Amino acid sequence: MRSRGRALRAGVLALLLGGIILPIGFGLWETLRAAFGILPAIGAHHLSLEPWRALVALPGFATSLRLTLITGIGSTVLALVLATGFCAAVHGRIGASAGARLLTPYLAAPHAALAIGVAFLIAPSGWIARLVSPWLTGWDQPPQIASVHDGWGLALMLGLLVKEVPFLLLVILSALGQLPVRQEMAAGRVLGYGRGAVWLKLIMPQVYPLIRLPVFIVLAFALSVVDVAIILGPSNPPTLAVAITRWYSSPDTRLILPASAAALTQGALVIGAIALWAGGERVVAALGLRWLRRGARGRSAEPGLWTASALVAALMGLGLAALVGLALWSLAWRWPWPLGLPERWSLAGWLNPASGWGGALVLTLGLGLATTALALALAMAWLEGEDRARRGRARWAAVLIYLPLLVPQIGFLYGLNVAWLRVGLSGGIPAVIWAQELFVFPYVMIALSDPWRALDARLLHTAAALGASPLRQLLAVKLPILLRPILTAAAIGFGVSVALYLPTLFLGAGRVATLTTEAVTLSSGSDRRVVGIYAVLQAALPLAAYLAAIALPAMVQRNRCNLNGALGA
Amino acid sequence: MSLDLFALTVTPSGSHRPLFSPLTLTVPPGEVVTVMGPSGVGKSTLLDAIGGHLAHGFACTGRVVLNGRDVTHLPAEARRIGILFQDALMFPHLSVGDNLAFGLSRAVHGRAARRAAVEAALDQAGLTGFHDRDPATLSGGQRARAALMRALLAEPRALLLDEPFSALDSQLRGEIRGFAFDHISERGIPALLVTHDAYDAEAAGGAVITL
Repeated sequence: MRSRGRALRAGVLALLLGGIILPIGFGLWETLRAAFGILPAIGAHHLSLEPWRALVALPGFATSLRLTLITGIGSTVLALVLATGFCAAVHGRIGASAGARLLTPYLAAPHAALAIGVAFLIAPSGWIARLVSPWLTGWDQPPQIASVHDGWGLALMLGLLVKEVPFLLLVILSALGQLPVRQEMAAGRVLGYGRGAVWLKLIMPQVYPLIRLPVFIVLAFALSVVDVAIILGPSNPPTLAVAITRWYSSPDTRLILPASAAALTQGALVIGAIALWAGGERVVAALGLRWLRRGARGRSAEPGLWTASALVAALMGLGLAALVGLALWSLAWRWPWPLGLPERWSLAGWLNPASGWGGALVLTLGLGLATTALALALAMAWLEGEDRARRGRARWAAVLIYLPLLVPQIGFLYGLNVAWLRVGLSGGIPAVIWAQELFVFPYVMIALSDPWRALDARLLHTAAALGASPLRQLLAVKLPILLRPILTAAAIGFGVSVALYLPTLFLGAGRVATLTTEAVTLSSGSDRRVVGIYAVLQAALPLAAYLAAIALPAMVQRNRCNLNGALGA
Repeated sequence: MSLDLFALTVTPSGSHRPLFSPLTLTVPPGEVVTVMGPSGVGKSTLLDAIGGHLAHGFACTGRVVLNGRDVTHLPAEARRIGILFQDALMFPHLSVGDNLAFGLSRAVHGRAARRAAVEAALDQAGLTGFHDRDPATLSGGQRARAALMRALLAEPRALLLDEPFSALDSQLRGEIRGFAFDHISERGIPALLVTHDAYDAEAAGGAVITL
C-alpha cells in the first residue's frame, strides 16, 4: 500500500515537473535567448547585447521602471499596513466566519472587473463626479482631470488595493485561527496594553511569518500585473509589464528582442523587490523590538488604527460601489452627465448574447470548468498519495507548485508560446487550458492542502480498522467530510481561471476570446454599456461558484453540525 | 482467538533506540490486557504498530500474530483488528445508523438484513430509534456505546482500546467500561487496553504491562 502511495506521488510529481516546471524553464530559456539576440523565427541568429541597448533606448523605459517599482511596492506596503491596522482595531469584534463571508465578493470578483468598476467610479465623467455635480463642484461637464490613467499611478494603486486588502485580510484571518489570540490578548491587556498595542506588539509578529508567502505573492503580482494596469494605470509610458505586452504584440517584430530583455528585467525587478522587502522586514523587526522594549502601553496608537480601519471600510465601500456601478451601466440606455442614475433603462444588451458576450461566456465557463476539474483531480491525487505513503508535507514540492505564482508571467509566457509554436501546437483551446492550469493548480492546492492535512488521521484509522480499503476510505470518509473545503478550492480555482488575462491572451494567440480578454480590450474607450455587461458577467461567474461552494454543503449536510465549518474551513 | 506479540518494537527513523524494549505477550480470547505508562512513552504508537496505522518514519520489528496468522505485513484494513479512541470518533458526515452500517461486516447480505443488524446493535447499545440522528447530538456515553457497536459489527478478531474511557466522567466511566468488557468477554475477543487509570486496569481484570 505504501509503495502504491509512493507511485501515486511520483506520478503526480512527474506530471508537475513535466507539465509545469519544465515548460516554465523552456519559456524562460526562450526568453533568455531572445534577450541576447537569438530568435531564428525572425531571422535573429547572433548572440549580442543589442536587444539591451535597444531596450534602454526605447522611449519611456526608465519611467516605466520607476512607475512599476512605485506602484508595486507602494500598493503592497499600503495594503499590508491597512489590513494590519484594520485587524488590530476590529479583530474580535467580528466573527471569523462572518468576516470571511463579508470578504467573499471582493475575493471572487476578478481584478479586471473591479478595476473597470473603479474606473467607472473615479473617471472625470464617473459616478462619483456625477453624484456631486454640479451642485457641489459647479462642473457643467466632466472636468479635464486625469483621475484614471494618471501619470503617478495612483488610480492603479487604488485598483490594486481594492483587491489586495481583502485578500490579505482573509490570509490574516486564517492565520489567526492557528494562534491563541484570545489568551494572548487577555494576557497583554492585563499588563496594561491597549488592544491595538497587544495586536501590533504580540500578535502581528506571530502572524507575519504565517502570511509571508501570500505577501510575496501580492508583491510579485502588483509588480507584474497587466490587466489592471491597462485599465487604470498610466498609459504613456505605462508600467513595465504593460509596455512589454505592447512590444510583444506590436506588428513590428524587431521589438520582440528588446521586449524579451525587458521581460528578464521584469523578473529581476521582482526578485530585487522581494530581496528589498526581506531587508525591510529585518529593519521593521529591529525597530519593533526597540519599541516593545520601551514598554509604552501604546494607547496613542489607537487613532492610527482607527484611521486604517476607516480607510479599509472606504476601500470596501468603493469596491462594492464599483460592482454596483458595473451593473447599472450594463442596464443603462441613456445616462447623460451629470445624472446620478440612468435616464432610461434597457435590457437590450442583455437580450442580445449574439453581440459577442454569449460566446465569450460559454468559452469562459468551459475553460473554467475544465481547468478546475483538472486541478482538483491533480491536487487530490497529490494529497492522497501523501496520505497513502503516510508522509507529510514536502517543502521542496510546495516551492515547485508556487513557482508560477512568483515568477512574473510575462517572463516566460512569450517564450512558452515560442516553444509551443516550435512543436506545432499553439493558439488553441488546449494550449490555453494548459497555460491556465499553471496558475489554477497552485491556488487549488493552497486552498485544499491545509484542510486535507488537518483531517483527524484517527478517523481514517478507525475506517481502516473496520476493514475499509484505501479507496473506500477516500470515497466514503475523506471526500464527504472534506466536501466544503473541496468545493471552496474548486470555487477559488474557477475564479482564478475566469480572471486570467495574460496566459489566455498569449497562449490563445489572441484568438481565444474570454470574458476577461474581451473586457480588458473593450475597456479602453469603448461603450460603457457593453463593457459593463462583460465585467458584470466576469464578476458574476466566480461569485456564483463561491455561493455554490457555501450553499451546496449546507444543503447536503444540513443535519450534520460537526461538519458546519468546524472541520471544513 | 488470541492476539500474540513477539518481540515487538517501534523505532523512530534517525534513532537507534526503540521507543520501548521488545514486547512479547499473549492476549487470550475474551480477556483485556492493560498497557500502562507515562505519556509520551509510546503506548499509542504500540497500538498503531499492532493495528497497522504507523506513520511514515517509524520502523517496526517483531511480529503481530492473530489466531496463529502473522499479520505484521498486512495493511490495516486486512488485519481485522478494531480500534476505539478516546473521543469515540463517529464519522461526522454519517448518521448514527450509517456509522454502524459502515462497520457492519460484508458477510451480512441484503438491505433488510443489514438494516435489522444495525437496529439490533442500536437496541443493545440502548440507542433504539437513534438510526437517523446526527452523531454530534449524542451524549458522551451514547457516542462511546455507538462506537463500540460499530467496531463489533465489523466482527474484529482483536480490539485495541486507546484510552476510550478517559473523556467520560467517573460514574459514566464505570458503566461504559462494564458495557465494553462484557461484550468483549461474551464474544471472546482478545483486547489490549491503553490507559492512565489504575481503576481501568483493575476492572479489565487481565494482565497489566508497564512500558
